[in-house]
Amino acid sequence: MANLAVKADKLVKWFGEGEAKTYAVRDVSFEAYFGEMLYIEGPSGSGKTTLLSIISGILRPNSGTVTVEGKDIWNLSADQIADFRLNKVGFVFQDYHLFPKLTTLENAAIPLILKRVDWNASLNMAAKYLEIVGLKDRAQLPPVKLSGGEQQRVAIARAIASSPDLMIFDEPTASLDGETGRRIVDFVKKNILNESRCIVIVTHDSRIFEYADRIIKMADGKITGIVTGGLREAECL
Amino acid sequence: MKGILKIAFKLLVNDKGKFAALLVGITFAVFLMVMMTSMFAGILHRASSTIINIGAKIWVMDPAVNTPANSIPMPGYVLDAARSINGVKYAVPFYSGAGLAKLRNGVYQAVTVVGLDDASLLGRPDLLQGHIEDIYAENSFIVVKDSEYPKLGSPGLGAEFEINDNRGVIVGIARVNVGSLFGTPTLYTTFYRAIQYIPSMRFTISYVLIEPKSVADIPHIKQQIQALGYQALTKDEFIHKVSQYYKYQTGLGINVMIMTVISFIVGLSISGQTFYTFILENLEKFGALKAIGAKGSELVYMILFQATFTALTGYGMGVGLASLMIAFAKLRLPSYAAMITYTNLGFAFVMVLIIAAISSYIGVRKVLRIEPFDIFRG
Repeated sequence: MANLAVKADKLVKWFGEGEAKTYAVRDVSFEAYFGEMLYIEGPSGSGKTTLLSIISGILRPNSGTVTVEGKDIWNLSADQIADFRLNKVGFVFQDYHLFPKLTTLENAAIPLILKRVDWNASLNMAAKYLEIVGLKDRAQLPPVKLSGGEQQRVAIARAIASSPDLMIFDEPTASLDGETGRRIVDFVKKNILNESRCIVIVTHDSRIFEYADRIIKMADGKITGIVTGGLREAECL
Repeated sequence: MKGILKIAFKLLVNDKGKFAALLVGITFAVFLMVMMTSMFAGILHRASSTIINIGAKIWVMDPAVNTPANSIPMPGYVLDAARSINGVKYAVPFYSGAGLAKLRNGVYQAVTVVGLDDASLLGRPDLLQGHIEDIYAENSFIVVKDSEYPKLGSPGLGAEFEINDNRGVIVGIARVNVGSLFGTPTLYTTFYRAIQYIPSMRFTISYVLIEPKSVADIPHIKQQIQALGYQALTKDEFIHKVSQYYKYQTGLGINVMIMTVISFIVGLSISGQTFYTFILENLEKFGALKAIGAKGSELVYMILFQATFTALTGYGMGVGLASLMIAFAKLRLPSYAAMITYTNLGFAFVMVLIIAAISSYIGVRKVLRIEPFDIFRG
């Protein structure tokens, strides 16, 4: 058995109060391991993004614990959680959230700059990550000059720049055509995933299920099943 | 921290449209504030031109006097009494009044006549042409070559004119440090010629000018003059009195203040609104930075840096523009009164800092409220 990366235990999260109270996550427990590409799959409103936010240190649960490398992250102070996200987690947002007024290289260097690495050293290191994602020659362009797939890869370069143990992808293929989406996930699995890194992907794109090591299925804030091994699109339908 | 501020800098200046709008807003506000306050400072400076040009250390006057131009004549015993006060090195009479000159071409021109003590000529101007002793010759006057000089037909040495039906001759052309406020040419002559030529009331001394033996004697001199029912003011006190009069008793101060406040509000509105829009447009990006691991304090530093950088750049441009405008105006309009003082610059600087503080407060509030979860939720 591989080493445990994340352990979520009896997580509960609700929004609103009184009659408006809505449960987004109900009593959810699961484990994610290093070297694993774990999918969280389900229809819209099933609570998968909320769950992703809780395990990545972005959204505090109402109850339950999230343990990463043996530490309960929700026992940390606000600044310590910010440091946890900066040092341990790499985010690839659905809309990428790249800075259009910075160059591709500067975008990729942001986590390093936030870690107080010297500006020039940050850019040099970021250039290597851009090379990994195949965008070295696009380093000086602003992100708006790149295609959707290229922007996605810049977001990946930015996410891996801080050498995170845990990588979080939120609907990584939602803005891409099927072929580009598959290529991106294939690239991530072959080049970004390794034995000391765990990747958690939230998606409802069945075309990329074949790359998953495990798939957690969610509905109405609950885990309805965990499927081990990649699935072909047809198996999911 | 340097790297984060560099990101903030690039986010700001690379958004050229917004950055330009922010700079225009602040530059415009600073320009207007500096122009208004400089104009006021220039007017106040010129209103005190006689005090500055004559340079006497103590001025004795009727307490009701508000400006050097509106003197109230004093009896001769005030001069005698002043001379007898302990601590007075010397005291001399001084005349300042208005006359009417008739030029050779028949044109009448109002003039300011300054009468200097015959014995000492205390407060005499620097001569560009002529000799000071010629002021004792018959009908002699020295004309000041300032922006009003052409109104007398730019007279040379020996030029003749009439003044209050008396013959006048120009024997010297002088320059003074500060031009007059009221647009009339200035003629210097001796005290006794001045009171002979210019019709006056029973009393003739406009001011008594005192040179104290030492600075320590000034309070005693002031006290003794007060006992006579008159007022003795140091040069700076007299300038301050003139300044207070124009600020609070003429309506000039309140009008300039209203214009300055309007400039401030215009600048604040443009800059505040633009900066708020800038923050709103970058809100998701700030949220993304927060999600990645930026701390709240780091985002606050970024916004403060952006607001301060914009404010200081706009301040520099506004001051530069105002300086250029004033310098250019003075080249073309010699009587243009505006002058930039450290007080003006300090005032505009404080106003700009207030604009930056209010603009960044709005931005900081917005950014601190954004939750990284909102970035996931889209």
